[in-house]
Amino acid sequence: MSERPYDIVIGLEVHVQLKTRTKLFCRCSTQFGLSPNTSTCPVCIGMPGSLPVMNREAFGLALKTAVAINCHIPEFTKWDRKQYYYPDLPKGYQISQYDLPMSEKGWLEISDPKGEFEPKKVGITRAHLEEDAGKSLHDEVAGKADSRIDLNRTGTPLLEIVSEPDMRSPREAKAYLTELKLLLEYLDVSDCNMQEGSLRVDANVNLHIHNGEGQKIATPIVEIKNMNSFRAVERALAYEAQRQYEVYQETGRTIGQVPKQTRGWDDQAMVTRGQRHKEESSDYRYFPDPDLCPVITTAAEVEAVRNNLGELPAQLRVRLESTYGITPYDSDVIVSQGRPTVEYFVTLAEATADGKRASNWVQQEVLRVLNETGGAISDFPVKAAGLAVLVKAVIDGELDVSRAKEVFNDMVATGKSAAAIMQERGIEKVDSSALKALCAELLAASPRIVADVKAGKEQAVGAIVGQAKRKNPNVSPGEVRAICLELIQEM
Amino acid sequence: MSLLNHTATELLAKLESREVSSAELTAAYLKQIETLDPQVQAYLRVLPESALAKAKEIDARRAAGQPVGKLGGLPVAIKDVICTQGEVTTCASKMLETFVPPYNATVVEKLRAADAVLIGKTNMDEFAMGGSTENSAFQATKNPWNLECIPGGSSGGAAACLAASMAPLSVGTDTGGSIRQPAALCGVTGMKPTYGRVSRYGLVAFASSLDQIGPLAHTVEDAALLLAVLAGHDPLDSTSADVEVPDYRAALSQPLKGLKIGVIKEHFGEGLDNEIAAAVQAAVQEYEKLGATAKEISLPHSKYGIATYYIIAPCEASSNLARYDGVHYGYRTDEKAMLAELDAERAALVKAGQQQEADNLDTPLVRLYRQSRAEGFGPEVKRRIMLGTYALSAGYYDAYYLKALKVRRLIRQDYDHAFKEVDVILGPTTPTPAFKMGEKLNDPLAMYLEDLYTVTANLAGVGGISIPCGFTKSNLPIGLQIQAPAFAEAKCLQAAHLFQQATDWHNRRAKLQ
Amino acid sequence: MTLTRRDVEKVSLLARLRLSAAELETMTPQLDKIVHFVEQLNELHTDGVEPMAHALDLRNIFADDEPRPSLDRDAALSNAPKRDDECYRVPAVLGE
Ligand SMILES: [Mg+2]
Ligand SMILES: [Zn+2]
Repeated sequence: MSERPYDIVIGLEVHVQLKTRTKLFCRCSTQFGLSPNTSTCPVCIGMPGSLPVMNREAFGLALKTAVAINCHIPEFTKWDRKQYYYPDLPKGYQISQYDLPMSEKGWLEISDPKGEFEPKKVGITRAHLEEDAGKSLHDEVAGKADSRIDLNRTGTPLLEIVSEPDMRSPREAKAYLTELKLLLEYLDVSDCNMQEGSLRVDANVNLHIHNGEGQKIATPIVEIKNMNSFRAVERALAYEAQRQYEVYQETGRTIGQVPKQTRGWDDQAMVTRGQRHKEESSDYRYFPDPDLCPVITTAAEVEAVRNNLGELPAQLRVRLESTYGITPYDSDVIVSQGRPTVEYFVTLAEATADGKRASNWVQQEVLRVLNETGGAISDFPVKAAGLAVLVKAVIDGELDVSRAKEVFNDMVATGKSAAAIMQERGIEKVDSSALKALCAELLAASPRIVADVKAGKEQAVGAIVGQAKRKNPNVSPGEVRAICLELIQEM
Repeated sequence: MSLLNHTATELLAKLESREVSSAELTAAYLKQIETLDPQVQAYLRVLPESALAKAKEIDARRAAGQPVGKLGGLPVAIKDVICTQGEVTTCASKMLETFVPPYNATVVEKLRAADAVLIGKTNMDEFAMGGSTENSAFQATKNPWNLECIPGGSSGGAAACLAASMAPLSVGTDTGGSIRQPAALCGVTGMKPTYGRVSRYGLVAFASSLDQIGPLAHTVEDAALLLAVLAGHDPLDSTSADVEVPDYRAALSQPLKGLKIGVIKEHFGEGLDNEIAAAVQAAVQEYEKLGATAKEISLPHSKYGIATYYIIAPCEASSNLARYDGVHYGYRTDEKAMLAELDAERAALVKAGQQQEADNLDTPLVRLYRQSRAEGFGPEVKRRIMLGTYALSAGYYDAYYLKALKVRRLIRQDYDHAFKEVDVILGPTTPTPAFKMGEKLNDPLAMYLEDLYTVTANLAGVGGISIPCGFTKSNLPIGLQIQAPAFAEAKCLQAAHLFQQATDWHNRRAKLQ
Repeated sequence: MTLTRRDVEKVSLLARLRLSAAELETMTPQLDKIVHFVEQLNELHTDGVEPMAHALDLRNIFADDEPRPSLDRDAALSNAPKRDDECYRVPAVLGE
């Protein structure tokens, strides 16, 4: 796989905000972007005397996700307090899960359609439900001015998904994140918006250095934070691998010789930087939250959730490939666009009975336009059934692909049907005997071309195709070409 | 007989028959408070305006023939650990000296709906931690029976205001005995209901798995009247039980045939005051006279109750009190002075060449927390926070906290076994009568042992009541504790009521000028 | 387990309490005594005993995901020791 003298070992911790209307333990709105401190109550401010009550929907969404990432769902789960002091954590503890999480031991399969790594199952250690903290708004003049605290986000439900250290390259890490995000979107459990912080990623990374004697030496594990996009994750991991290798060469330090370090990714400078970390601050003093009750989930409940997951990306890719004969690359592109695009494709493929052509049209035309305009497929002016009429016309030889693309562009611009635009443009199928007559006429007028073709320069027939198109724009270039070659042979 | 010597039940009858108005009654209590509270110091704050306004409103409704709630205009005092919207709620701590909750505790909502007149907020040990009410940041409440003695705690104000006839009903909280112990020492009736019977929403948490709100009153009948209002399921409290609340007052009038009482062997051992032992034995004989059968039962793990409690309660408290950090509410140290001190410390270390120590100094934010908490909390609260933090810290969890949770299970199982044999169990509420102020202040462990007989009910989650059963030669009240199985408050009240019908210890009031 | 002054100092940072020298002096033996006292639990064999974290065996207590009004901002911030029009204020958290 690589020429590097080391393996990169990566585990990821993903925090996903669940799409509930209200917070995990109170009924304040979770809406993003509200004016600071306008969505709080005694419970989420942690006011004396207030008590938490768990959001049923949050637990349901967490359960759905855990089942979808193939986790085991223990019958018994409980909530614990993770204790530390920070001004955006008003109770002085975060309600989280410690030793008995709601789910554990799952996996997510990743693959690279370009084949840069072998498909693999990335293990998922656990996924647990916890509450989010608020936000500290820092002043520009670091260390001098006050920080301002906004507690609107405090108490928003989070699912923390912890992977095994199973990824071996930044690209695998990115593939894992991409697949996870897609899955969460299919499940409709989160907005997965990294800019708004509804999906956050921390990475644990170290190296297994080959010492040349068949042994591997592990370097100290570093936790990387502050990565604001998947690309940043990929870059930070690549940077960090190189940095750790250099540090190892310099110091020879291995795992266990230094405490776990936390480093922040600086996307401008493209480096990771060490963060100040006090030893005592990681003594979280977890204990069961006495204000909350355990939750029991029966095997039957888990089964019911499993049966209601709907078709998920991995299954969908396989179905598209086997039913419509498209390549893994194509199915990946379509599935990655989300369920509405998949439905669009399926409608088109069914109506035209040509999966490959349907896939090409979706990718090359529909997605191109959507990319240019930034629109959503649900608002796309050309519906799948309407596009099918056009594609079928191409299949039936009523017009060639380049003309069909012109028609498509008109359909997008005007919202008119394929038939209407074809009519406007006077597109109609040219009668085959008329076409033969036209070809004969043109060949008779160009003996030079006939001679060239006969001499083996088949491409010379292109000039005749051009002339035919000028005479009648409705002719099909392929057909003209074929007829001409046939006629010349007969000559 | 003065109006204020009546029981709440009698006063309610007078209110309902319009022999007396709520406004008159409230004014009488306010007058009594004005006269006696400077000596007793049971109240942290009296609420004369809002109380009189509410009383008049209830009177008007009654005069107009409109419906009036179950408490019909009776004044009720509330321990200052229960949140009252728009009214300062301090927990007797400097930390919350100016804290005004923007919401009402569920019990306060229930009291208001029942037309109670909230007459004032009573004193307590800071954050309910203590057994003498000497740990209040603001004042030490005195025992109305002997002003040199403590009233018990932590609901010392709640018990003392009754003993001095400064309220007919009062609401307290009990985490390890904090209702029953002051009730015993002040000669009143006080009940800790089953855990989950009364909503904790709005009760400022000390130890969440042990805390319970309950009534204090002159008689069992009065306690039943108040408990009926306080009890019931609350969707805002996840630990509130959805168990039907019986009609407690009606239960009292039901005949109690074949009552089986268990006398706890372990509660008559070393440390029990002789006069208390005699009074409780006499009470058992009284029960037998009334037709009950008594047998000795054993709670073999009860002697581990205090040790178990003093792990679990501080662990939970250290967590519950982490929120008091001077950021979102409550006391904050003088920031300027704090920063100046920090700068000076740093400069001195740098000057002495101790750069390492200078770098290890608290950041301004950490110092803000530490200084605010150091100044806002009193010594007992700090002690318990330290104890709990230590017991939960890395490497100690299993040895202390987990161990305590296991012993807690054993204690619970003791009760389960006992209640297979008997209906209720009996014993002394406290090992000693009220002691002198200051006597145990510097010996925390001796103070903790005050809860020897009461903590196990909190650990097991069962209910218990303390009723007066005698007096010492120096005229200090003695309490009898009756405990019943979970959610069998009716049985507990019935048994206690039976005793009060045959005795008159509960009718005695402290004589104060 | 004997508690030293140094242990107490460490715990005081974890608990975010600043203890004076005098407090450390009195509190260390007090805490040590209490810790020794609670260690009497070690007399008991508790292998196989299920820990009891709650007094009541309640399970699956949930609320519906229905928004209710929040506090208005002034009410939320009204108890804050230091605030501006929108936020709580604390010394800079950067560098923590
Ligand atoms: Mg987390
Ligand atoms: Zn809220």
